[in-house]
Amino acid sequence: MAKRASILPLALDNVSYASNGQSIISNVTLTIDAEPSTIILGANGAGKSVLMRLMHGLLSPSAGRVRWNEPDAASVRRRQAMVFQRPVMLRRSALANVLYALSLAGVPAAEREAQALVALDEVGLRHLAHRPARVLSGGEQQRLALARAWALHPEVLFLDEPTANLDPGAAREIETVIRAFDAAGTKIVMATHNLGQARRVGDEVIYLQAGRVIERAPIEQFFARPASAEAAAFMKGELPWV
Amino acid sequence: MGLIRVALLAFAFAGVALAQDGFITVASTTSTEQSGLFKYLLPIFEKKTGIQVRVVAVGTGQALDIGRRGDADVVLVHAKPLEEKFMAEGQGVKRYDVMYNDFVLIGPKSDPAHVAGMKDVAAAFRKIAEAKAAFVSRGDRSGTHFAELEIWKLAGIDIAKDKGPWYRDTGQGMGPALNTAAAMNAYILSDRGTWLSFKNRARLTIVVQGDRRLFNQYGVMVVNPQKHPSVKAQLAQAFVDWLISPAGQDAIAGYRVNGEQLFFPNAGH
Amino acid sequence: MGAIAEGLRRVLELDRELWHIVVLSLEVSLCAVFIATALGLPLGALLAVKRFAGRRAVIVLLNALMGLPPVVVGLLIYLLLSRAGPLGELGLLFTPGAMIIAQSVLVLPIIAALARQALEDAWREYEEQLRSLGARELQAGFTLMWDARFSLVTAVLAGLGRAAAEVGAVMIVGGNIDGVTRVMTTAIALETSKGDLPLALGLGAVLIAIVLAVNAAAQLIKEGAQRRYG
Repeated sequence: MAKRASILPLALDNVSYASNGQSIISNVTLTIDAEPSTIILGANGAGKSVLMRLMHGLLSPSAGRVRWNEPDAASVRRRQAMVFQRPVMLRRSALANVLYALSLAGVPAAEREAQALVALDEVGLRHLAHRPARVLSGGEQQRLALARAWALHPEVLFLDEPTANLDPGAAREIETVIRAFDAAGTKIVMATHNLGQARRVGDEVIYLQAGRVIERAPIEQFFARPASAEAAAFMKGELPWV
Repeated sequence: MGLIRVALLAFAFAGVALAQDGFITVASTTSTEQSGLFKYLLPIFEKKTGIQVRVVAVGTGQALDIGRRGDADVVLVHAKPLEEKFMAEGQGVKRYDVMYNDFVLIGPKSDPAHVAGMKDVAAAFRKIAEAKAAFVSRGDRSGTHFAELEIWKLAGIDIAKDKGPWYRDTGQGMGPALNTAAAMNAYILSDRGTWLSFKNRARLTIVVQGDRRLFNQYGVMVVNPQKHPSVKAQLAQAFVDWLISPAGQDAIAGYRVNGEQLFFPNAGH
Repeated sequence: MGAIAEGLRRVLELDRELWHIVVLSLEVSLCAVFIATALGLPLGALLAVKRFAGRRAVIVLLNALMGLPPVVVGLLIYLLLSRAGPLGELGLLFTPGAMIIAQSVLVLPIIAALARQALEDAWREYEEQLRSLGARELQAGFTLMWDARFSLVTAVLAGLGRAAAEVGAVMIVGGNIDGVTRVMTTAIALETSKGDLPLALGLGAVLIAIVLAVNAAAQLIKEGAQRRYG
């Protein structure tokens, strides 16, 4: 059986996005490849969330193009998943939420439950399968969101500040799952302003400020010797004891 | 599941409405219905013929309008000039006298206009106008309203011009108008039937009665099926025929309120 | 107070007749709400999810129609269903069918507008996630409706409350015919106009009891759901 081509690389050609007369993303040109886990780093308001949504297809650029390596838009959509800062769960059980995603993805009914349970196992939520999803804790719901994404076996997983609302313990659990995704071959693109998390999860950093890409570098190089003054200032602000 | 049952009910309703044939619609007046006559009379007719009679009780003007629209099979009201106009328009098959009841002048026991016991109702009205005593009118184009306007004319009073704050034009049915009169302790012209059944009398009583001009004639007409093909002409005629027959006329006379006869049959007189 | 007690006593004496009136009232209002829900929920969902030219105007119109005076609706339906009117052939005037139609018209904007509000709030919460998962608009609409089901039940019960309480529309199109189209509200109007206030009060107490029961049920459903599903 021929292996089908990956939807990566993803190319952004001079992409801009404006809303209500305000420019949020300006002239971003970059290519996202399959290998490294990519961290989109920046302060609040830098435009990380909008950039993620432009890549994932939830927003259309005001100018420029977002190009995947695959012409069929439906196929592109199905082979990505996104986890948001606040998990959005339906008023159903945890298991039913994963089943819902599988049904949208066109998985045959007979196979859904088995796949859903595997996904719940992967994130350690099997024992809560029949609990109403909305009564779970914040950390558990976010893990459920990851299980939902896992069940879809996406090629690319976007994460928009997934642990911003969680305590450090829950955040670490999320990071563990993300690394499992990575190990399984899923491309990770994660937005965060948490430097420690960036170092733990990512291989490369794209530093964003005021809607522009200021710097892009492998992770250790970025932290050891940031090339731009803005990045250096940002890190000083985030880690005042450095 | 429950939704399906309710849906079926909805269709059953529509079905019943469309399929049911053995009934006629009679447009009559609120005062006639509120007198209780229909509740007494109609079961007698229905038992005899199996025809269900559905009465829509509104003001006289509206009852005739319902007839003109073809929404009723029979019209039974008490406003002869309007009935004759209806016939002149070709809207009815034939007009029959059925029965009469009478109007009574109701007023406060304190009787500020000093009309109690008078035999001439027009003269009584004149005294009420002169005294500017509170008077409640129905003002709703009903038979009672027209009767009241007639008496003002007979009293030589142009009520449209000469009315003052003492004259209250309410635009209400007989019951609500009596309620208003009771609350205001005012004079009011009422049909005897509604008065006998009226339970909220406060300080009111009958002050004038028995004047021939207070007699209230009822007429019945089958709506013209040539103008309105949907009219159930045969069933409607059966009802009218019964009303003016000795059996029907006896039934009408047999209706009592508090032991008193309310309606006096006079078909064929 | 004594009048209400006497009224209740008289109401209980009526038994068969009263029973018929109460049952008819419920049947008419429930049928009307069923129709209004079947049409209004999808309409509300459509307005919540789909963006189209003139959407805001439709929403404003729908909200305004919530305040339609029942007598006006009654008059318009009367003119439609009269033999002299365009739909006279149906022979629906002065039947429960006409009352159901009139109340459906009255209740539809309420259910649609309240559903739209609830579903729009839900859509705001769910939109990104559902689109990320690949749901198309129609699919998303159904998912929203099921997820917001408790708010929608509240909207439907609001419609039921309005239907059960109105008198203007059913009086005009039904004709308040004894044994055929007499419902609780028109019976109360009749007894009041006859001056029989205790009986009117008694009937009113029964009507209020029914409306209270409906609203209590709505509240219990909402609270129970909140506890279970979050």
